[in-house]
Amino acid sequence: MIPMHEVPGNALPGPAAIETTGLTKRYGKVTALSGCTVSVPEGRICALIGPNGAGKTTLLRLLAGLSRPTAGQVTVNGTTPRQDPAFLADIGFLAQEIPLYRRLSAEDHIRVGAHLNPRWDAESVRERLTGLKIPLDRAVGKLSGGQRAQVALALILAKQPRLLLLDEPVAALDPLARRNFLGLLADAVAADGLTVVLSSHLVADLERVCDHLIMLASSRVQLCGDLEELLAEHRILIGPRKDTTAIERSHRVVQINRTPRQTTLLVRLNGPVADPAFEASDVSLEELVLGYMGQDAPSEPAQLTTVGEEQ
Amino acid sequence: MISFRIDGHSVVPPYLQIVQQVRQALRMGLLDVGDQLPTVREVVSATAINPNTVLKAYRDLEREGLIEARAGHGTFVRRRPPGPPPGTHARLGRGLARWVREAREAGLDDESIESLLRVTLRAAAEEEIA
Repeated sequence: MIPMHEVPGNALPGPAAIETTGLTKRYGKVTALSGCTVSVPEGRICALIGPNGAGKTTLLRLLAGLSRPTAGQVTVNGTTPRQDPAFLADIGFLAQEIPLYRRLSAEDHIRVGAHLNPRWDAESVRERLTGLKIPLDRAVGKLSGGQRAQVALALILAKQPRLLLLDEPVAALDPLARRNFLGLLADAVAADGLTVVLSSHLVADLERVCDHLIMLASSRVQLCGDLEELLAEHRILIGPRKDTTAIERSHRVVQINRTPRQTTLLVRLNGPVADPAFEASDVSLEELVLGYMGQDAPSEPAQLTTVGEEQ
Repeated sequence: MISFRIDGHSVVPPYLQIVQQVRQALRMGLLDVGDQLPTVREVVSATAINPNTVLKAYRDLEREGLIEARAGHGTFVRRRPPGPPPGTHARLGRGLARWVREAREAGLDDESIESLLRVTLRAAAEEEIA
């Protein structure tokens, strides 16, 4: 039986499941992650978004205790990630390639897991997979990709982790398998109140299921916070082609796009938009992501991308 | 039991879509006093939305007095939203269907009909204020 808990509401941010300060990871001369400071409250489903090579996998590995930082601090569930059983018992990590033994069945995996983990809710895996009509006795190599991902997720949940780290788990799945996988994930969060960090490029899925966001680009944190609040703090401004210094003075301009007739800006608001020549509209997560990814110099807000500028 | 349909492309945020769908089901008579709403787990398993989104919607409906959470049992309809009895909607809907047919025959497409409706609603609202 799966324990029932009330999910913490977003009104009161609970204690942080993840807290990093100036977290940096270098591999030789390559900086994979630089000065990363983020915080994720318990009970959140956090989207980890960024272009390839932005440092997403590096951050997930640091959080899981699979690698050590070059500099900075990281705290997960109130302690420093490390390779010891007490820490790892509370962490679920699902790598991109979904590591299952292809010749073994789900039932075999359930039995192996019982030997390897101090806490192990074997019955929850059987219930979840039976509910999804996935055969427990078939070799997982003979299941579809979507079913394999669900088997892997159900197995990780049997560990009853407090923090679940998922590295692009749905990238290779078809839309229905993705919906089922994320439904299973959301159900586990509703039931057990665990915290999830989920990296993906599929923004529409993330916008539905996530309530927190970490955005990385060029090894640096661009945005971190409550998803709804971040969306509310940004606007797309569309107006005539004219001097935008007043807007730039009062708001943080993320991206400017100029055509001969029109100027489009993505801004992080700092008070109301006073210029009546510009029409302000709400942003979607996709627009927010594209805006921040399109920046030339993500760490330096003063430098702007200018597209289509007439010479 | 009703189920929710969450449109990810809608400008209406998901929690408000749930609130509106419950109110709508109550007005249309699909839900009645004493009926149970799906649990948070049922909703998120089916729709893959965030559990906090469902909780927020249910909290709003509870604050409105339309539903109540009974500890250990689930969430139930407490009363209908204020407004005309269910039959009224069906009757007005039939009238509107006649009007839509007339508008189509006059050569209006859906977009023109929608904008005409919006303009009329806005004019009516301004008349009320004035």
